[in-house]
Amino acid sequence: MLRGIGYTQAFFTLLLRDLKIAVRHRGDIFNPLLFFIMVVTLFPLGIGPEPQMLARIAPGVIWVAALLASMLSLERLFKADFSDGSLEQMLLSPQPLSLMVLAKVLAHWLLTGVPLIIMAPLLGLLLNLETQSYAALIATLVLGTPVLSLLGAIGVALTVGLRKGGVLLSLLILPLYIPVLIFATSAIDAAGMNLPYDGQLAIIGAMLAGSLTLAPFAIGASLRVSTN
Amino acid sequence: MVQQTTANALISVHDLTCIREERILFDALAFSVNSGDILQIEGPNGAGKTSLLRILAGLSRPYAGRVCYLGQDIGRCRDEYNQDLLYLGHLPGVKSELTATENLHFNLRLNGYVDFDTAGILGQVNLTGFEDALAGHLSAGQHRRTALARLWHTQSKVWILDEPFTAIDKKGVEQLERLLLAHADNGGCVILTTHQDMNQITDSRLTKIRLDYRFD
Repeated sequence: MLRGIGYTQAFFTLLLRDLKIAVRHRGDIFNPLLFFIMVVTLFPLGIGPEPQMLARIAPGVIWVAALLASMLSLERLFKADFSDGSLEQMLLSPQPLSLMVLAKVLAHWLLTGVPLIIMAPLLGLLLNLETQSYAALIATLVLGTPVLSLLGAIGVALTVGLRKGGVLLSLLILPLYIPVLIFATSAIDAAGMNLPYDGQLAIIGAMLAGSLTLAPFAIGASLRVSTN
Repeated sequence: MVQQTTANALISVHDLTCIREERILFDALAFSVNSGDILQIEGPNGAGKTSLLRILAGLSRPYAGRVCYLGQDIGRCRDEYNQDLLYLGHLPGVKSELTATENLHFNLRLNGYVDFDTAGILGQVNLTGFEDALAGHLSAGQHRRTALARLWHTQSKVWILDEPFTAIDKKGVEQLERLLLAHADNGGCVILTTHQDMNQITDSRLTKIRLDYRFD
């Protein structure tokens, strides 16, 4: 009856549990991914198949679709735990709340962000993305999607107690997503023109560092407010 | 029956006021719970029993007043208090996608326990044979038992249980009552709400606080 598991153990316990639940509930992984693929594939059908035109809009279309897909999947982040009481147990556990929240967000990103990153190059091909832009596309998604998950989780934590928080959630977090979108697409555009894009990447990296360190505390505090 | 507030009580409540939907549920509530106490919060539906338990557990903030654990405000010593607290609310915190074993394992790990025998603990709540069944496929009573199982292992002193007997059969209720008594005898305390009559826990052992539905 030892008592006292390390922070790492607590972190991985929660991470593995969330991954296990998601694997048994596969729709949660595939819905956002399917949405992402559908939106991107519909664009060439809607605006015509001219390669130059598609190449011009590719970065924006892929990023906007990724952003919306990520937002779509967010609502489920704390919803199930809230409605079956697991969230209360988490709030009352002796483990630091910000650590547990970070584990949940990481699980969410692994399940929704990583599939997007894997699919994105294929969709880039579909939209005739410039060859030299692929590296920038992957890099911005790798740095940018965790930011989306972390910032989004703050909004979800604030609205989890509301019955119809969907619209409010979008209003809350879309403004926070815009900087990521601007810098990511401008990095891919710059790469397409063979210009250096490490400045934009550095800014997205800074956003990631900032949200990785600060968002868990904000999410924890928001959860405490929502369950009050 | 409301006891005097004492400084060395496990939990002490001072001038607690709770307002929900512009209605005062209770005000200036003061009592203390010592080790060995079993406290039952009584009252009709809507009187504020669950609100009181949530405030005691630190999930909600009271409108006024404070709750102290070993003389310290629970907002100030949240980590120590959570170490020593076991709260089971209306919602049992059992994931239907996980098996009974996985649920118990996770709940105990979350509270920092390592090295426990899940099969043995599930046997205590008569879930032998259902260890690997998904909680979503269990009956309501078994679902509840999965949540209650952690009571058989925990070392926390303060137990706050909201309607723990819901959906549990007679024999299970009796077992649970004996466990609560044993816990109180070992220096713990239990705060619970229930609408059922208890047989094992006699009135002499029980402290009651009554909340009434107020129309003001």
